[in-house]
Amino acid sequence: MAMTIHVDIVSTSREIFSGPVTLVTATGELGELGILPRHSQLLTRLKPGPVKLRMLNGEEEIFYVSGGLMEVQPHVVTILADTAENAGNLDEAAALEAKRHAEQLMADKRGDYEYARAEADLAEAIAQLRTIEKLRKNRH
Amino acid sequence: MAVGKEIRSKIKSIQNTQKITKAMEMVAASKMRKTQDRMQAARPYAERIRTVVAHLAAAYPEYHHPFMEERPVKRVGYLVVTPDRGLCGGLNTNLFRALLRDFKQWHDQGIEIDACVIGKKAVPFLKRLNVNVVAAATNLGDMPDPEVLRGPVTVLVQAFQEGRIDRLYVACNQFVNTMTQRPVILQLLPGLPDEAEAEVQKTHQWDYIYEPDAHSLLDMLMRRYLEGRVYRAVVENMACEMAARMVAMKSASDNAADLISQLQLIYNKARQAAITQEIAEIVGGAAAV
Repeated sequence: MAMTIHVDIVSTSREIFSGPVTLVTATGELGELGILPRHSQLLTRLKPGPVKLRMLNGEEEIFYVSGGLMEVQPHVVTILADTAENAGNLDEAAALEAKRHAEQLMADKRGDYEYARAEADLAEAIAQLRTIEKLRKNRH
Repeated sequence: MAVGKEIRSKIKSIQNTQKITKAMEMVAASKMRKTQDRMQAARPYAERIRTVVAHLAAAYPEYHHPFMEERPVKRVGYLVVTPDRGLCGGLNTNLFRALLRDFKQWHDQGIEIDACVIGKKAVPFLKRLNVNVVAAATNLGDMPDPEVLRGPVTVLVQAFQEGRIDRLYVACNQFVNTMTQRPVILQLLPGLPDEAEAEVQKTHQWDYIYEPDAHSLLDMLMRRYLEGRVYRAVVENMACEMAARMVAMKSASDNAADLISQLQLIYNKARQAAITQEIAEIVGGAAAV
């Protein structure tokens, strides 16, 4: 039997995923992380982006996380997301629109606060698009 | 018939009141189901983050977060969670009574209090007590937005970090079941929840790998933990509010029904007495002729 690691993905408003997987891939603050069973304890901040889970049957499931924390224990991974979504539910048109809007805001710089905010929005929109992209590649 | 006009109008007005209380009861009942669902939905996050914090307490971190250190108490902060609206039985009164008891203790020790209000109902109460209100979030509506709560929480957490307050409590109602809500006052800062500490068994020395660094990560984690805790308090309080209102309105409707039946009885008696008297007068008049 393949070694598995239990994954919980929760956001403030609900539980998104809970179950055993064989591999977790997520975007940490310092880069992509691949987590296999018996990983040593790790605590990291997550950047907006996809979280990929490899299921027991070899299939992959992709979730979108808008940032949060990931805690790794040897047999349990806990992802405390700010907001999380099944990648299939992401709306590409909305993400593109958000990206365009953010870029526009950044183009006519108005005060630092708005700039920083637009930047964060842009990062999120790009991350969503990246997740959609990944999901599409997976299907083909 | 002219008899019992006052009684009839009284019955009418009680019937109108009863209609209102009945409607409020039904609205509260349907909202209660939704708020309870939301309370359930918020539970996994709260449990997971508690586990993570408990793990953290079990590890031997290189860095101790100020949120976990006890300090001598000179000033305390209270986060008071109440509904925006009244008409929910003894819910608010019970919470305020519990708060008063606490405030008195602090007062006797010469310790001052800063408060932060979530929900309208606590504002006049704290004003009357001359408590210093540092932040408020009111008119939350039926769907509390975590973003709106972040403001007041941040104010108090910052006050704690800067040493202006040495303890932080949250006061809210705990949902036991539809009939029972219990006012509770929990200590948020400093330190870990007792429940978390009880779960921890220290086995061997280990520590996390922190990415990027322990300081900012723990800061973020503790902040999330606090925000999550407050969010849960608000959501739970809402479920309490709806349940309490439903029960209060149900008993109001029942009381109205009782009153109506009593008044109806009096009215019928008066009417009968009037008829009897009239007949007696007619008979008396006929006999005289």
